[in-house]
Amino acid sequence: MVDIAFGPEPGKRPDPASASEVYLDMVRRKRMYGGILLVLFLALLASGWMLADQRNAGGFWNGLPQTPDFPAEVLSEAWANRANLPGLLWSYIPSLIETLNIAAVATLIGALMAAGLSLLATRGLARWPRLIPVFRRTMDALRAVPEIVIALVLIFVIGGGPVPAVIAIALHTGGALGKLFSEVAENADLKPVEGLSSVGATWGQKMWLGVIPQVAPNWVSYALLRLEINVRASAILGFVGEGGIGHDLKLAMQWGQGRYDEVVAIFLLLFLAIVAIDRVSDSYRHRLVKGTL
Amino acid sequence: MTSAVLSPALVSGVTRSFARKRRIAMAVPAMILAYLIYAAVSFDIAGLMQRARFDNAAILLSDFWSHKTHVTRDNRSGALTVAIEGESKGTYPPGMLPDWVTVSGDVTTIDLGTGHVVTYDGAGARFVVPGYGTIDIRPVGGKPVLTAPEPIPGWISVAQNKVSVKTPAGRFSYSRSKVETFRYEPGWELWFFTLDSPLYGKSFAELAALAVSGNRIDAARSNLALMASEFWTNRMWRHGDVAWAIFETVLMAFLGTMTGALVALPLSFLAARNFMPLGPLRFAARRVFDFIRGVDGLIWTIILSRAFGPGPMTGAIAIAITDTGSFGKMFSEALENIDEKQIDGVRSTGANSLQRARFGVLPQITPVLLSQVLYYLESNTRSATVIGAIVGGGIGLLLTQAILTQKDWEEVAYYMVLIVLMVMAMDSLSGWLRRRLIKGDGA
Repeated sequence: MVDIAFGPEPGKRPDPASASEVYLDMVRRKRMYGGILLVLFLALLASGWMLADQRNAGGFWNGLPQTPDFPAEVLSEAWANRANLPGLLWSYIPSLIETLNIAAVATLIGALMAAGLSLLATRGLARWPRLIPVFRRTMDALRAVPEIVIALVLIFVIGGGPVPAVIAIALHTGGALGKLFSEVAENADLKPVEGLSSVGATWGQKMWLGVIPQVAPNWVSYALLRLEINVRASAILGFVGEGGIGHDLKLAMQWGQGRYDEVVAIFLLLFLAIVAIDRVSDSYRHRLVKGTL
Repeated sequence: MTSAVLSPALVSGVTRSFARKRRIAMAVPAMILAYLIYAAVSFDIAGLMQRARFDNAAILLSDFWSHKTHVTRDNRSGALTVAIEGESKGTYPPGMLPDWVTVSGDVTTIDLGTGHVVTYDGAGARFVVPGYGTIDIRPVGGKPVLTAPEPIPGWISVAQNKVSVKTPAGRFSYSRSKVETFRYEPGWELWFFTLDSPLYGKSFAELAALAVSGNRIDAARSNLALMASEFWTNRMWRHGDVAWAIFETVLMAFLGTMTGALVALPLSFLAARNFMPLGPLRFAARRVFDFIRGVDGLIWTIILSRAFGPGPMTGAIAIAITDTGSFGKMFSEALENIDEKQIDGVRSTGANSLQRARFGVLPQITPVLLSQVLYYLESNTRSATVIGAIVGGGIGLLLTQAILTQKDWEEVAYYMVLIVLMVMAMDSLSGWLRRRLIKGDGA
């Protein structure tokens, strides 16, 4: 019986009397498991890369020396036509504004949607507590659908332009922000809400006056972070679908040689816009969370 | 009573501050509204409503849950073809017809159900619509001539060379060159087995019986293996290719995220204030991360697909590079927030800097690190779909191709469902791993 319970080799078992030996044995076992896991993980990673390399049209080792070729070609052509660059930069400003507008409108609509959904899905605040799971699953579903799927289907129905991208990004943002908003709202202090209930406030008044002022800094901070993400998403959607600077980039790329100065102008504008937005939102978020605003 | 105690200055100050707050509370929604109106004008919403093709939406929705079978007769040669969705992959082989189509001599009878019957014969074609009458079409001098009860309703459209009839049971059109009938049926066609498969049209009970019976349809392998391979190589839905594409997408996300994290981890020490005393080097490392993040996945993807060609590896490298920037920034922030005491403790045992990093630093940042990596793994699965569409790999490519042909909407619906399931699966996997690895029992 004892053998069955404790294993056949009693000699190998750590002696509970010496604590340090038990401890070291445990540490060794833990390290061994950790090491095995690490080796497995690295093997998985390496075999994954090998598989991906096989399925790729060009191999990794052939491609590696060619990586700088394309940027070099583009840059040298742009350098030869550098006199055009300021004019080109200026001419793509409207497309850039469209891309930024897509991101901003989508973030705004998505955040408003997320605010409503998250309040309805937060325990303790929900208008209809029984429907909390419904609103949660709604947010999960909105988050799970990639933007490109909605955008491409909408392009087929309502035609090209910025609106499909806005709707696609807004829906996804609603789901993604809804989850974060609801986590913030869960931690809100309920005392103001109780105070408002005692004077007979409606649900809307309780939320607007009791909860929103508490969660606003964090919500705005999350929404700004989402804006950064959405600017990138809007550029990518333009490249795959239609609308904004991404679309111009695709046209210039398809043209290829002879229009590389335009490619460089678009790259530059996109880069500067993304860095600028990251910077502004970073410092603003910092101030929001630290509470100096 | 109490107001007497308050000084007038305080009262006026509070009143003013309240008034200002109230103005701000009004101004913010007003500004949001103004911006949305500006956006609506600049996006040309009004023009969009006119351009919108709601008939496309109807096609899309009906394709999402149903399929149609074309019964076509070539009016010149008299040849009859029955094809699902009008595709060559779905054409009924000679001698095989759906049970609602009967052919005797040159007379073809198509039963559309609920009393709707279409007949093709030597004289032309007839369509019996219950509650209305018989629509009779005969070619006269090469042009179709319609005889039907007057007045002709709106669902029959007569043009010079073509007569089309639209009923809930199916659609019918007669032109100079051919006569065609579409029958709509719910469900996705040939989802399990195509028409050329010996298993086509068998019910689940029959299939189950076949799977356990010893009589082999194909002598070379068991019935179960035959079923699996017929399903896997289904030419209409290409289940095998789709499964590969899903795997490729997940592979791209996994390789990109993990490689990005592995590269960013050592680099992030360079960008952390408490590990890199040399200001200029720290500054340089941070600018490198900023640059990588600023260039953005889209541009990296374009540059890399020029060098490495289309495929999943290109996508994985693009994700890895982009994530190196994001992870580098986040990891270095995590490193700056660690507790120095633990490192001092390890240092007091005479550990060198590598050992200090391993035993003093890593255990502290692992939870933050893991949770961020897992979060990115999930979000990269979604990005990999888009990147796949650009680099030409994975489910993103299949989806964009299916959408661009604007025909196979049932396939689009299928891919969409698969993508959502894939993302949800990765979401729960990463959530589960996060709970196990971070809050778990320390295993």
